[in-house]
Amino acid sequence: MNSVLTQIQPPAPHSRLEEQDEFEHTDAAAWGSMAGFGNLSRTGGIAGMSVPRVADPTAFLDMHTDNMSSNPEAKIKIAHGTTTLAFKFQGGVIVAVDSRATAGSYVASGTVKKVIEINKFLLGTMAGGAADCQYWETYLGMQCRLYELRNKERISVAAASKILSNIVYQYKGMGLSMGTMVCGWDKTGPQIFYVDDDGQRLKGNLFSVGSGSTFAYGVLDQGYRWDLTDEEAQELGRRSIIAAGHRDAYSGNTCNLYHVKENGWDFIGNYDVNELWYEYEAKKKADRETATAAAAAPSPMAVEP
Amino acid sequence: MECSFGLTGKDYVLLCSDMSAGRSIIRMKSDENKIKTLGPHLAMAYGGEPGDTNNFAEYVERNMRLYHIRNHYPLLPEPASAWIRRTLAESIRSRHPYSVNLLLAGYDTTTTKPHLYWIDYLGTKAVVPYAAHGMGVYVSLSTMDKWWFNDMNKREGVEVLKKCVDEVKKRITINFNFNCILIDKDGIHHINIESEDPISEYEAAQPKDTVVEAPNPPLDVGVTA
Repeated sequence: MNSVLTQIQPPAPHSRLEEQDEFEHTDAAAWGSMAGFGNLSRTGGIAGMSVPRVADPTAFLDMHTDNMSSNPEAKIKIAHGTTTLAFKFQGGVIVAVDSRATAGSYVASGTVKKVIEINKFLLGTMAGGAADCQYWETYLGMQCRLYELRNKERISVAAASKILSNIVYQYKGMGLSMGTMVCGWDKTGPQIFYVDDDGQRLKGNLFSVGSGSTFAYGVLDQGYRWDLTDEEAQELGRRSIIAAGHRDAYSGNTCNLYHVKENGWDFIGNYDVNELWYEYEAKKKADRETATAAAAAPSPMAVEP
Repeated sequence: MECSFGLTGKDYVLLCSDMSAGRSIIRMKSDENKIKTLGPHLAMAYGGEPGDTNNFAEYVERNMRLYHIRNHYPLLPEPASAWIRRTLAESIRSRHPYSVNLLLAGYDTTTTKPHLYWIDYLGTKAVVPYAAHGMGVYVSLSTMDKWWFNDMNKREGVEVLKKCVDEVKKRITINFNFNCILIDKDGIHHINIESEDPISEYEAAQPKDTVVEAPNPPLDVGVTA
């Protein structure tokens, strides 16, 4: 009787054998940190990625998402991250980002964490597709931890960024969208690497990525020096993000600021872009007034005619 | 938006490439080395699709190194150019082709002749006395047509190269910084093309050999190249 019943029953929605197998064998402890991440297995391998079930998944996604910019009118708007910057200076690395995520013209979130804390010494920034950045940088974090366990030594920023760029290069042309900076401190000192979805990987002192990057560069380049003090550098990073948040419609809300030093990164703070912008404007005006007043007032040293 | 030149002389070959790297209209870097050393007397200047360029250059570099390790002597310029051309020709017929154009420069230690190859992403290979890729094609090929001649000494060669760089700086709207090397019987040397008299500087710095981005210490196997 039972066998007949099973025969006429519709197949289970999930018929992937190994998946069910995995669930059966997981104990309660595995739901914690041992459980893997997303579709990543406990060992860090990729269990498999869901793709649209059509002949050419890449073309299909291209047609229905605004990601590859061939079809900006597509119904699925990918959440984008937008102004990020990082620079090296005498006192380490400053990393500053905004916190707005937009999907088309819609502000999807104003409280996004665009700095991904890979480990105590490594930070990754997020621009482009939010999901792609978050997923692959978290994956990078796992690979860095495995490297540490295998080699009894922290991974260099160069090596970490190369893991990421190699992954991204494998998926080149398949619609990944990410522009990221891998920042940190290793044996060789402070380091910044820019990695993007082309598979490009650049080492440098100063980078800004995202739609607001041009505005951020405008402030950053003009104020940048190697011998900036810690306070000056943090202020420069913050000011640049505020400038971008003001000019770029796809950036704004708040600014998150990090400072990487020899013994790891510090979170400096979260600042409201609008509040700070008007604060800066008021200060600019006040400074101008005192300057003109000082120029107009007769100098106490002036000699009477 | 790239620019590279190469020219051969009597017993040397010059290679020059811009150093900008970025994304769309933004230059993110103006000191990126886009000349890769492939052996003691072989180098290439490469450009093209971002990502592909570096990946391909490293692939070539490692294969040249592998050949050197296996055979105790480096691949000569001619067979190296054939190998690179074939790799690109196979790549263009694959699902994910490399979009990389390059100038390969080498000094043949067996015949003491300089070699220059113009290679593009389609797998075209041309043996040329002087060549350009990218923006340089538009303004500097004619400069080289006019000023280049056979058997130039180093000073004359650098003068021609300087003319090309000057022309690009004068007529192309984009600002480039240039990076230049010279390959002769002694190996690969860095040349400061921006200076007044690069050859005098290079000769002054002769005893201590400066090699551009040598990834590994020279292989000492008792066989000199």
